[in-house]
Parts: sequence; C-alpha cells; structure tokens
Amino acid sequence: MAEGTLTFSPDDRYNAFLRTVSPARYGEGRLSGVPVAVKDNISTAGIETTCGSRILSGYVPPYDATVITLLKKAGAAIVGKTNMDEFGMGSTTENSAFGPTKNPRDETRVPGGSSGGSAAAVAAGLVPLALGTDTGGSIRCPAAFCGIVGLKPTYGRVSRYGLVAYANSLEQIGPMAADVAHVSLLMSVIAGHDPKDSTSLDAPYAHTPSPDIRGTRIGVPEEFFGEGVDPRVASVVWDAISLLERKGAEIVTCRMPSMAYALAAYYVTCMSEASSNLARYDGVRYGPPADVRKPWHEAFQERRREGFGLEVRRRIMIGTFSLSSGYYGKYYAKAQAARQNVRKDFRRLFAEVDVIAGPTMPTVAFRFGEKSDPLSMYLSDILTVPANLAGIPAISVPCGKVEGLPVGLQIMGRWLEDERVIDVAYAYEQGANP
Amino acid sequence: MNVIVGLEIHCQLDTKTKLFCGCSTDYRTDGPNTHVCPVCLGLPGSLPVLNRKAVEYALRVAKALHCTVPEESVFARKNYFYPDLDKGFQITQYDKPLAVSGYLDIEGDEGEKRVRITRVHMEEDPGRLVHKGGTDRPRYSLVDYNRAGIPLIEIVTEPDLRSPKEARRFLNKLRATLEYLGVFDSEKEGSLRVDANISIEGSERVEIKNITSYKGVEKALTFEVTRQKNALRRGQKIVRETRHFVEARGVTTSARSKEMEQDYRYFPEPDLCPLRVADWVDGIVLPELPDARRQRFMDQYGLSLIHARTLTGDLRLAEFYEKVAGTDPALAATWVADTLLGELNYRDMSISSVPPDVFSGLLSLVRARVITDRNGVDVLRVLLDELKEKGTCESPEACVERLGLRALPADSAGGDDPVTKAAREALAENPRAVEDYQNGRKEALNFLVGQVMRKTRGCAKPADVNRVLVSLLGKGA
Ligand SMILES: [Zn+2]
Repeated sequence: MAEGTLTFSPDDRYNAFLRTVSPARYGEGRLSGVPVAVKDNISTAGIETTCGSRILSGYVPPYDATVITLLKKAGAAIVGKTNMDEFGMGSTTENSAFGPTKNPRDETRVPGGSSGGSAAAVAAGLVPLALGTDTGGSIRCPAAFCGIVGLKPTYGRVSRYGLVAYANSLEQIGPMAADVAHVSLLMSVIAGHDPKDSTSLDAPYAHTPSPDIRGTRIGVPEEFFGEGVDPRVASVVWDAISLLERKGAEIVTCRMPSMAYALAAYYVTCMSEASSNLARYDGVRYGPPADVRKPWHEAFQERRREGFGLEVRRRIMIGTFSLSSGYYGKYYAKAQAARQNVRKDFRRLFAEVDVIAGPTMPTVAFRFGEKSDPLSMYLSDILTVPANLAGIPAISVPCGKVEGLPVGLQIMGRWLEDERVIDVAYAYEQGANP
Repeated sequence: MNVIVGLEIHCQLDTKTKLFCGCSTDYRTDGPNTHVCPVCLGLPGSLPVLNRKAVEYALRVAKALHCTVPEESVFARKNYFYPDLDKGFQITQYDKPLAVSGYLDIEGDEGEKRVRITRVHMEEDPGRLVHKGGTDRPRYSLVDYNRAGIPLIEIVTEPDLRSPKEARRFLNKLRATLEYLGVFDSEKEGSLRVDANISIEGSERVEIKNITSYKGVEKALTFEVTRQKNALRRGQKIVRETRHFVEARGVTTSARSKEMEQDYRYFPEPDLCPLRVADWVDGIVLPELPDARRQRFMDQYGLSLIHARTLTGDLRLAEFYEKVAGTDPALAATWVADTLLGELNYRDMSISSVPPDVFSGLLSLVRARVITDRNGVDVLRVLLDELKEKGTCESPEACVERLGLRALPADSAGGDDPVTKAAREALAENPRAVEDYQNGRKEALNFLVGQVMRKTRGCAKPADVNRVLVSLLGKGA
C-alpha cells in the first residue's frame, strides 16, 4: 500500500477512545494503512495527550514518543487515543477523569486497567492493534478481562521515550491484539534500542511465533493458585497448562516465597516514583493555569488538589510519605530489598524452568464499583506485579471462560526471552483453537 | 574566637550542550526559552540522556582536586516545588557522588595550606525566574528555561577555612584551577554560586545561601563573623539557621526557618543508569595547573614568588603575560602585575580586553627609554580609556607622538639640551632650596627634581635629572 489517509469513525459505545483521528494519515511499510490505537499516556505530536487526567487537558505534545515514530515509519495509521485510569493508576479504567470504559464482553463489567481503552478497542473489533503500557499489569489485566492478548516486554526492550511517566523503573509500553501473531507483529515494530532512553536495551525483536514447545519446562508456582484466586479461574488455567503439557512441555510445580512481599514492594515503589513524576503538574505549564494572584505554593496546592483525581492524590500522598526522611529506610529502601528478593526468586526458578505460568488475574472482570475499596483493588494485582518488579517479559493469552467471561493465562519468561513467552502463548492459542 | 568556614561551590561546566539534552548552553545573549527542548522543559514523557563531555569535565576537576572516583556513582532526584523547576525535581547526586576525598593547596593566612574537598558531584541547573513590575514587590514572574539543564558541578569543602580572606583565596585558586582545566568560564554571568557555612568555634553553624560573586563571599563572611562575634560577646546564642546575602547592602538576613526544614525526599533517578567511570580517570591528561605554572614562571622567567603567584592566579592573565614577556620578562612582570592589573581594576576591565601586541609595544618603548616610566603609565591609561570606550586603540607610538611624551635628551655637550635648561631654570627660581642643599640638607634635591620634572612634563628621565642637578649644584651654579 502507498501513502494515504483512512477514515476512522468507530461505533465507540464502550467509551474506549478519548479522542479519534480522522482522516488518519498512513505511510508505506509493514503496517501500511493498519489502524493502531494508542493509550493516552503515550505522547503523540499534535494530538492531545491527557493520561486520563483533567490536569493535562489541553496538553498537546510537540513531539512523538519513539514508539509512535516507529509506528509511523512502519506505515501505521494512528487513529486515536484510548481511555485509561488516570496516569495509569488503577486496574479498572474507572479512575479516568473522562468516564469509565465498558467491557465489550459484558457491559456491566470493567475492561480492566489501566489500559482498558486499548483492550476494549481491540476486543470490540474497532482496531486490530493497540499500544498499552504495563506498570504492574496494566496491559495483561485488561487483556485478560477483555479476552485479548497483551505482552509486557522485557524492561528496556521498548523505548519509554514519550511515555508519560508513572513509575519509571517498572513500566513498559507493549502490544495488544486479538491474537498472538498480531502481538508479535506489533512488538517487532516497536522494539529496539533508542538512544533517547538511557534504560533502553539493544535487543530488537524479529521473531515469527512458533507453536513447537516440545521440551519446554514450565514452572507453576503454588503462590499463583493461592488465597484470593477464584477456584473456577484456577481450574480453567490448570486446564490450559495441561494442554501445554500435551503439546510436549514439561510441567514443574514450584514455590515463589517472595510473592508475600511483592505487592507491598510494588506499591511502595510505584507510588514513590509517581509522587516525584507528577510533581511537574503544578499549573505553571500544563492544564488550567495556577492562580497568579496567590502565593505560588498556595496556587500550586489548589491546582493539584483540583486537577488530580482521588486515587492519584492518594498515591502521591503515600509515595511522598514513603520517601520522607525518617521513613525512607522503612518503606522505599525496604521495598527495593524486597524487589531484589523477587528477582532472586525468578533467577532461581529460571535456572530450572524456561517459563512460569499461572493466571493473569485472580478473578474475571469486576462489576463497576465492585473494587471501590482501594486495598481490594490493589490486591487484584498480586499475580501481575512480580514480572514488573523483575523486569521480565510476561504475556496474557485468553484461555477459556468462567460464567461467560474471559480468563487469561499468564506466561512469564527469562529476561530478554520475550520470544519464548510469545511461542508458549502461541502454542496454547494454536492448540486451543485448532 | 576561631572562625570556621566551609564552602559549597556550584560552577557551570563550560560544555557546548546541556547535561541531559542536546540544547546549546550559549543562551546568555538570546531571548527567553529559545534554548529548550522536551527534555530540558521537562515535558511529560521526555527522558534524560547524560552528556558524556560533562562527565569528562567533572572528572577532570575530580582529578585536579586529587579526589577518589568510586566505582559507581548514582544520580538522584531532589524533590521540591518551585516555579522555576521544570520537572518538580532536580537531577543531582546524593549519597553516591562522582568523586570524594580530595584537596586543594592554597596560600592560607599562615602560609601554604591544604583545604580538604569532601566531594564533587554533578547536577542540572534549574530555570530562572524573571520578576516583572517592580523589584520590591513584583507583580508577576516569568519563567525562562534557557538555563534549565546547564551542567553544574558542586564542590564541597571540609570546614578547613579559618577566615573570610582565606575563603576568598580558596575560591580564587579554585576558579583558576577550573579555568586552567578548560571546564569553566568565570566571565560568564551567573556561572558561579556559593553557599558558605560559618561558625565561631563552639557555636552553632549558620549557612549563607546563594552568594553569586567572588567578592560577595568575603563580604558576606566578614559580615557574619562580626555579627556572630558581637552576638556572642553580648552573651547571646547563635541559632542554627539559613541566611541570605543581600549583595547590595553587604549584609545577611535570616531566611524563613521553613526553608531549612525542607525534606527533599532524595531517591535514585530511575531514568538514568548508575555511572561507572572510575576507569576513565587514568586516561585524563591534566594540563599545566596554577602551581606548576607558578614554578615554571619562577624558573623560566626568573620571577619573584609574588609576581609569579599573581600572574598565574588567572589563566587569561598568565597567558597574557607569556605573550608580552618577550625580551624582558622582569620588566613585563612588573608592568603587568604592578601597573596593568591596578589600572584594569580601576576601570572594571578584564585582561581579555587588552591586545597583547599593544602592551608589548608600550613595553618596548619603556625598555628603549623612548618614554619615561612615568609617562609610560600615562600612555597606558590613555590607551585603556580608548579600549574601554571603543574596544580598539591607537598604537603606543602614535599615542606618545600625539601627546608629545617622547623622553627628552640630556647631557648635550653645550649644555643646551632641554633637561639642563630646565634644571638651570629650577635652580634659578629656587635659591632657598639650593642654599639648603649646599648646607647639607640633601632632601632639598628631591624638591628640585620635582620642579624639573614638572617643567619637562615628565619627559625627562629621573636619572638624567638627578645627575644634571647634582652636577650643576656641584659647580656652584
Ligand atoms: Zn534541551
């Protein structure tokens, strides 16, 4: 296909998009003319980028994120920005300042989050490909809830330049699509070294998924089927793991004791980083201006109190607290130690197994308002955060249903072995849908 | 009551581009917010990439200050709110700085002194506020991010300095060292900022923040010493606090105690990898530094310690001296160190504004006795005034001719040379002085010399005048 424009006027009944671009320009290349939806925390030159927050309404980035540059180079058409929990803080997309997104599989339920808009756009068939971001499960959770595939790449494999920071040391941009092959295709476009991101790795991705997993050793940690995991979900996931065994993989049950501290380590880390990252939204440069008649610190306080939603304010407060002198050692430093333990656990396990499998989420998609208590919402991230703490690749692939709602199988791999994770997910997908 | 002073010096590194982006650092003559990009504006999603050159510059400083460079150093975020801060935090180094445990030798109050350096670390400059509508109560402020992201090094000393004067000498030596290293330009406005900690032995320590000039450091500290000593004499206690130096009034004032309680919530910058550059240090070849050059000036040009120290205390001055030392290094040293510096200081001019060939020309005229020393100074003043006004000046020869300052001949055979004539006139007009001289009051001669010099408008060489007068007086004329 040559260069051109396409009209994009989706029936967005699920509120997946915050804004759409039509006509959308596209160029020549591997993704020529393919519409791609982009999560609203990824900077798009000339297209408003709000991160689902009022404090950034009206902010139009003057530059493209590296992944956007790569998509454009591959010919893709950027057709819209998708809804999300404000700054990525949430697992339901209910925390968007611009209204929640509905789950296309069941409109009474959340699509998961925080990349709920991207997942819903793909699940509803509005776009074949979407970009999400994953700080503690924000790609895999909505992929699981909406019944699509989502990959959180190895930390550093996809450039973060242009991704509006929530928790820098944890988050990655990743591909979301209806099937593994498309996720793999999108990954091959966005991965690669970027000199603008100092944490970027020189590890391009040029892989074609292969369903042959004979001899692959799959570790299944007990902790992934422990307390809080819906037994019906556990059973569906065990069935999926059995299918992989029939395909020639070897199943090894194992333990991951560091899981006990993973969630706390994750939340302390991401809230601490967030409290610093979000300090720049003070009314001087973005959003409605601070009141210049007031002393600057009062004007800042007012702007931030009004501009941020409740969950964002909560996380900034807790993060600020855990970095404070006198508490740093108790919280932030402890969290980093716990994070090292998670890494050690994975290293130990990956000496014996090639991938680790389990459910992506402990339950199926929640009803709206079901997780109004923040703590119970945080608890739902328990199975996804370990991969972020360790920086390893993890994918969620649909593996069946409970009460008609999709369940996700999560495959985690060694650092830089995104290809193997893709292959195991592909083997499952091919085996389940022959 | 012993005075104890420690300094924290922030210097802008003279790199071509900023610390974390490719923007040019040459912003001073350009409009506001013209040297900016997503990174130094702190736009959402932008990420810092460390400038390799800035690290090299900082390591040069570390090596020159005899510091240890640890295997790993780490950038950290210093979190605080301020309208000039583009990201709501400053990227700096905290518990793992680039370099530690060095020293710098200076000329102390009691001879050579070693001042210990605690640490040297790198950080970014914040933006700048421009207050509008009155200096006392500005109506509003504008933010200029041209300065945001300029690389800084912070150099922290141990509390080894014992007087404001010693602090000033330390700063001068440090400045010279940084300029010799080619990493710093002290002539750029705002390129140096100093925080000083000062206490009287046994009392609490006071921090004076953000002094922006070399002279300011000595002034602020002198004010503090007096204030603290007076307070102690009156039996008052010194409170531990932060004070601001008000340059215009030469005083320090107490800052709100709030500023001291600031909790910066430092944590490692997740967007930058730990810095492992210890192995770069061996590869750094340091240029000749002030102490070495001082020794060379003494060996090569036969200068006195005092002249050598003065002339090497500033890179531009040292280079200027070497250009004009030419055939008579001793004469050049006297003229540069004793005369030129004072004249420049008086005019608030820098050595860079003097063309070395002009000054060399003047020295040749003095050396060849085409003009007298005294008129040489006059010619220099005229030339400097021209330089200050127009940036250029006439040649020293032209100036001498124009002003008619060529030295007068003496000792003509017939005694009709201008010096002898003037001497005869002076003797005739001052019989009283002649009488005093004849009666053994030799100082009367000085008065007569003065009279002759006046008559010749300084164009007579003092030695000639002396000789001619003595000879005439001896003849009983
Ligand atoms: Zn810049």
